Amino acid sequence: MQTFLISHLPALLVALPLLCGFLMPVIGRAGPRVRNGWVLLGGALTAITGLLLAIQVLRFGPVTYVFGAAHTTQTLAENPAAAFPIRIMFEIDALGALMIINTTLATLAVIIYSVAAEAKQSGLDMFYALFYLLIAGVYGMVATGDLFNFFVFLEITSLAGAALVAYRIDRGVAVEAGLKYALLSTLAALAVLTAIGILFGQYNALNIAALASRLQFTPLDKVALCLLIVPLAMKCGAVPMHFWTPDVYTTAPSSVTAFLVISSQASLYGLFRVLFSLYGAMLSWATFGWFLIILGVLSAFIGVTMAIPQKDVKRLMAYHAVSQTGYMLLAVGVGLAVLGNASALAKFGRAAIAGGLFHIINYASCKGLLFLTAGAIFLRTGTRNLNRLGALGHAMPVTMVLFMIAALAIAGIPPFNGFASKLMIYQSVFHFSPLLAIVAMIVSILTLASFVKVFQALFMGPRRPEFANVREVPRPMLIGMSVLAAYIVIAGIFPQFFVTRMIAPAVNALLDRAGYIATILGGI
Amino acid sequence: MTRLFLALPFVTVVILIILGLGAMLFKKNLIKILLGLSLMESAVNLLLVVIGYRQDSVAPIFTNVPSGEMAMPTVQALTLTSIVIGVATSAMMLSFAMVLYKRYGTVNVLEIRKLKH
Repeated sequence: MQTFLISHLPALLVALPLLCGFLMPVIGRAGPRVRNGWVLLGGALTAITGLLLAIQVLRFGPVTYVFGAAHTTQTLAENPAAAFPIRIMFEIDALGALMIINTTLATLAVIIYSVAAEAKQSGLDMFYALFYLLIAGVYGMVATGDLFNFFVFLEITSLAGAALVAYRIDRGVAVEAGLKYALLSTLAALAVLTAIGILFGQYNALNIAALASRLQFTPLDKVALCLLIVPLAMKCGAVPMHFWTPDVYTTAPSSVTAFLVISSQASLYGLFRVLFSLYGAMLSWATFGWFLIILGVLSAFIGVTMAIPQKDVKRLMAYHAVSQTGYMLLAVGVGLAVLGNASALAKFGRAAIAGGLFHIINYASCKGLLFLTAGAIFLRTGTRNLNRLGALGHAMPVTMVLFMIAALAIAGIPPFNGFASKLMIYQSVFHFSPLLAIVAMIVSILTLASFVKVFQALFMGPRRPEFANVREVPRPMLIGMSVLAAYIVIAGIFPQFFVTRMIAPAVNALLDRAGYIATILGGI
Repeated sequence: MTRLFLALPFVTVVILIILGLGAMLFKKNLIKILLGLSLMESAVNLLLVVIGYRQDSVAPIFTNVPSGEMAMPTVQALTLTSIVIGVATSAMMLSFAMVLYKRYGTVNVLEIRKLKH
């Protein structure tokens, strides 16, 4: 039984949230308590599956899982047109494991938080059904080794995400944002599908590893490359295609926003996968490295400068999200730019990619926590306007401390995790180009300035009569937020543990294109 | 002549994509924008099917298969999946358009701008 479950972990990773989501409307009939129990149970089981799978991958190497034909010789007919095994493969290497840990952390925090935060709302059965669909989509995106399957999960994520953004209609504003998100996501997914069609037409394969081994880098492949990376860069919110992020992140319920950050990162993962594992050696590294670097620097700088004047606390955080995504693009871009230069890669390229990947999980926890605290404040005060909020430190001390942890971490102040990853990024990028490192540091200082202002506006000052009835948020919300805060502090104090156990294998996996291909083609 | 004939579907795909993109960029009516998106979806589906087509091929149904080359079944499966996804997204976005019309009394995208305030 145990070995059976362990060998089927990759399937369970997607099947459990799907099952949990689709049974939600049925189980919800038994009343809110039973439904909440089911929500928590589903979240716990999904989290356990994710963690077990990630540990398995990090300890024993990449895991492949086959849906359909178990062996390459199992084809349907002698007919040459059908002389291929019909199957979909999941391939989870150390990079996938990192993304799974990232998703699992957020799932755990957000599910516990939302049970209390959404308790007073209506239509919760469908809300949670969509939420689990979103979770399943994100897990699928980071676990799959099949390009078309990636497209399907991308669409599932976009659909569930857009529906959740629009779920609380809010006089139409939320629907407006949801529609914007849905339109852009569908357009992006269509571009990805076109690229898949172009690649399949030439190489007769959909599996990323099989495609990578057959790729010739014809002019059509270059078209496909553009059709893959531009939409994925848009979905992860890089400037100049960031315009949807503030609207969507602001209007979505806070627990959803915290998870939309994760779904954006799944697109970021897809972007890295396409660049490193699918195209890899074919690319002219410097060009595409600089493509990522320019996207990254623009995102980091424009994001933070747009954030400073914002009055809406969630809109401000959304612009910071754009800015932080810039760091990951910048760092991984530096790594990609020196991919062909072995000495530079060993000297600082590897460290740059490590910093970028470490920042993915660090940023997800900080930003998730920030959005959750914003949700807590909105729940108690009913406003997100910084000019009207204030003096909440008296009534909501725990939320204040959690906000402070997240804000200091995202600004890169020791001893929190943001410092660890940002230091790695500064050091390695400095070797590549001192100017870029200086820009990154300036962005960090502006981030700190912005959050000092927000902190002062939200929590400081004498008590105000209009907030006399404000109390601390319910305990489950605090527990959910504490999950993320705990990671922030632990990863900040012991970064070495995470870097050696989790990040270094992920960097190796990202750089080892031949290994990625061999895992699928050699194994089964 | 045959080559030209075989290239015709690809030309159609490009024309449909341009039409759809044009509608999305230049139309102000939300329903027309969504129609443009649907048009592009159909174009991509057509592209997938055309990629799988082989001249004088038989349908990829495996029982009692006649001799001769088969059309590629994978892309047809992809197209089916893509159509299903397309239905879901279209239905969702059209229902969004309905909600917006109920709340704002218009489907003109220039007037649906509460987000900016």
